[in-house]
Amino acid sequence: MNITSAQYTKDDKGQNYAIKIVVGDRTYYVPPSERNTDYAEILKQVKEGTLTIKDAD
Amino acid sequence: MSKAAELANLIGNINAGGGGVNRNVIINGAMNVAQRGTSSTGLGASSGYFTCDRWLLAQSGDGRLTMSQDSSVPTGKGFANSLKLDCTTADTSIASGEFLQIVQKIEGQNLQSIGKGTSDAKPITVSFYVKANATFNFVCELNDLDNTRHISKLFATTTDWVKHEITFPADTTGAFDNDNAASLNLTFWLHAGSTYSDGTLNTATFASTTNGNRAAGVSSFYSSIDNNFFITGVQLEVGQNPTEFESEPFERTLAKCQRYYQRWQANTSYDSVCMGQMTTDVFWIGHYKLAPEMRAEPTFSADGTFKVNASNGDMNASSIALARATPQVVAIECATTDSNRQGQGAYLRAGDDSDAFLEFKSEL
Repeated sequence: MNITSAQYTKDDKGQNYAIKIVVGDRTYYVPPSERNTDYAEILKQVKEGTLTIKDAD
Repeated sequence: MSKAAELANLIGNINAGGGGVNRNVIINGAMNVAQRGTSSTGLGASSGYFTCDRWLLAQSGDGRLTMSQDSSVPTGKGFANSLKLDCTTADTSIASGEFLQIVQKIEGQNLQSIGKGTSDAKPITVSFYVKANATFNFVCELNDLDNTRHISKLFATTTDWVKHEITFPADTTGAFDNDNAASLNLTFWLHAGSTYSDGTLNTATFASTTNGNRAAGVSSFYSSIDNNFFITGVQLEVGQNPTEFESEPFERTLAKCQRYYQRWQANTSYDSVCMGQMTTDVFWIGHYKLAPEMRAEPTFSADGTFKVNASNGDMNASSIALARATPQVVAIECATTDSNRQGQGAYLRAGDDSDAFLEFKSEL
């Protein structure tokens, strides 16, 4: 998956929750669940040093 | 196949622990469900799910294709749809790491009846119908993701529909995990570079995966822009005997697919999505019920124009995002134009956009 940007978003309690990613011309929100394969891919790319997750606005 | 032979095969599989209703482990083998759309062009740059549900197009290379749900089917077999690939950009200079695959990933908990990794392991039979513009030798592979083991078989296409029935021997090594993660890939290889084809095809028994043995002898779908490939009626069942494709009602296949992908799609300009509340004058949050329950907390995306309606007035919605997710319910939030409606009940709707949609994805 070619993720061009990644940024945390906050939930209604003000805590980091979903990760907003951009793939191609689409924006996706990925929940922090190890069962979610997109989340697993994000963690993999972060570990490999090819992706950095920005802090939430 | 005669009815007597069919019955004998079915009984044989039942005696082996398979057979009966729900014998087909493959979801959407008849290619009837295509929630994302019926055609997608220019594919080849990256892998993904594009048309028929549950069928991953996995690829790396310079070739390009159009993927579609097609009405060409084998005559008299009860099918209405097939999955079609049409080459639009050829790739005759095949780099080592290139590949093109049609894949269905299967949860481990749905494979336990195979008994893989035990002394009572059972054979697996895969059957399917294929057609192409010419004769090709493609590869059907079972890829055990939990134990890094695989087995592959060549199959040939002609210009007419051909049914292939391939039985893979039992594997007493390496059990499938009993969970909701992917344990087995059913993979159809249509193109492969030397990384995946410079060895000897591993056809006899499951063995530790050696990449070069996975697709040796495979033809290249990308050899010409004249090339096309059709497939339907895919079935994977426990037992040594192929049986007729297990047909099921459309809504049952759709429900199975929705465990992995759900889509809210507007049909008219102002269709409603779900109820919620204005938590401030400029912020709305609502809850969308996922039905059926999804495999995992889904990835969310929105496309198109939406509005939030409260007190019979529409507010423009922007930055539609995921606030919280479970496999059963997701909380969706968005910013709105200032309307002095804090605390009011309000619902999300399409904003004069009959093409607007929301996606919820928990693919394997």
